[in-house]
Amino acid sequence: MPQRIIKWIDQRFPLTSFVKHELTGYPTPRNLSYWWNFGFLAGFVLMLQVATGIFLAMHYKADVALSFDSIQHIMRDVNYGWLLRYMHATGASAFFFVIYIHMARTLYYGSYRAPRELLWWTGQGLLLLLMATAFMGYLLPWGQMSFWGATVITNLFRATPFIGDMVVIWLRGDYTVGDATLTRFFALHYLFPFLIIGAVIVHLVALHTVKSSNPSGINLADKDNIPFHPYFTTKDLYGLGLFLILYSVFVFFLPDTLIEAANNIPANPMQTPNHIVPEWYFLPFYAILRSVPNMVGGVVAMGLSVLIFAFMPYLDRSRIPGGAHYRPMFRVLFYAFAVDMAVLGYIGYVPPTGSSIVMGQVATLIYFTLFLLLPFLSRFEDKWLIKRGLPPELEALIASEEQEKNKRSKR
Amino acid sequence: MGNEAINDGNRRNFLIQLTSVVGGVGVAATCVPFVASMNPSSDVLAKAETEVDLAHIPPGGMHTIAWQGKPVFILHRTPEQIKESEASNGVLDPEADQKRVQKPEWLVVIGVCTHMGCVPNKEGPGWTCHCHGSQYDDSGRVTQGPAPKNLEVPPYRFVSENKLVIGQA
Repeated sequence: MPQRIIKWIDQRFPLTSFVKHELTGYPTPRNLSYWWNFGFLAGFVLMLQVATGIFLAMHYKADVALSFDSIQHIMRDVNYGWLLRYMHATGASAFFFVIYIHMARTLYYGSYRAPRELLWWTGQGLLLLLMATAFMGYLLPWGQMSFWGATVITNLFRATPFIGDMVVIWLRGDYTVGDATLTRFFALHYLFPFLIIGAVIVHLVALHTVKSSNPSGINLADKDNIPFHPYFTTKDLYGLGLFLILYSVFVFFLPDTLIEAANNIPANPMQTPNHIVPEWYFLPFYAILRSVPNMVGGVVAMGLSVLIFAFMPYLDRSRIPGGAHYRPMFRVLFYAFAVDMAVLGYIGYVPPTGSSIVMGQVATLIYFTLFLLLPFLSRFEDKWLIKRGLPPELEALIASEEQEKNKRSKR
Repeated sequence: MGNEAINDGNRRNFLIQLTSVVGGVGVAATCVPFVASMNPSSDVLAKAETEVDLAHIPPGGMHTIAWQGKPVFILHRTPEQIKESEASNGVLDPEADQKRVQKPEWLVVIGVCTHMGCVPNKEGPGWTCHCHGSQYDDSGRVTQGPAPKNLEVPPYRFVSENKLVIGQA
């Protein structure tokens, strides 16, 4: 009976061949490490956020007079409301945690390099959508941090040439962040995840066209690819188990560590808290914003600090395939970048005082210098490595790739 | 209509371009109400004026009142504060104190930091913004960045000795 149904469908819709091509039989490099789990995990967290978000929306009220209290209503009165809310709030942090590791893996192993530029750029678009969604969602509880975070970020648009003030009022629908702002942020916070799902589909189509990269950075021969199922379904699910343990620790035991205490005070447009900080996932970019003494300059620097990742395929000019695995200088650059990010995150968290301002300015300078150094360093590095002789396994891999190419061209 | 008209490529291109332009203008015109709906609504615009009673503010004291949802600082300046404010022209955005007040003892400024829109706190002489560390003097002029401009002076008028109306209806 089921066979007959599947046959009936297959005559009208490519169900079996789609599942075979894109899921079960999808050829995957056999040397993928656990660093390749995070794309799947990001997809999982997205579904988790959509599910918890839709159920929270059934109890939330987007009105300045009601929203703060409706969160208390969810926490105290709604059956398992506390769980839905903590899952959603922790999920936002988990999403950035997973995405940042996903991006770090892409940078470390050079997965952004040709032919995967479009894959990288659609990922960059997804990061921007994720940031916008998280930012708008953060206003909804209508606490002090919600209000002042939204005030500061909408104010960034004052840097728009000529019509800056008009743009800010248009975005808010009021002279300050108010009821109109809250209602539209709720509408858009509900819309954006569906845009993200659409962009994820584009991201996956690009992935399935160029296939996954792998730790060696070299496209493997066909014999070194294995079917996605059962090998990587199992590997992904094992990683999911580990992820869910960490996620549950935060949801059940430490939910408040990710919520700023000041956000338990209702929004007060007449009083800014003495120390306002964004969520941890925005801290490095916030530090860059604060480090530039000029307002427009700060906004431009912050925008550039996010968008500069898109230039990576062109900044990296090495002829050695892949990323840090076979390139010691690139590896140093990667770790310097990771440390600099951590320093910027710390600077973004502490109040701006004399020494922290200077540290932030130095770290900002290093941030951009590392990107601008890459074209020169990658060229210098590959000349040095080739002169010195490449590691034997890399020579062998490049040779086997050459052979494969010759075989294909002979055919 | 003969064969001539059907095979006329120029005519066809012209019609395609004309249709595209008319269609494009139509789409752009349809966007106007959607974009405009996001601008402040009539009830928000109606909050344009606020009346303030000054009798309760002692010399040296400051009151914060809401105008258009924004905080406005009203500082009753002492003779020393006036003297100090008039002595300098500000630092980052020079402007004479006399140009920023109608009566020297009453300073009226919008309490929104010109950097990122936080509300500065009254600390010592002037104000300090805790968001990013900007400082203002007792004339609301910026003395330390990152704020680029002085605190804005809203439109206001004295309707009697102790009554002030902020805004223009």
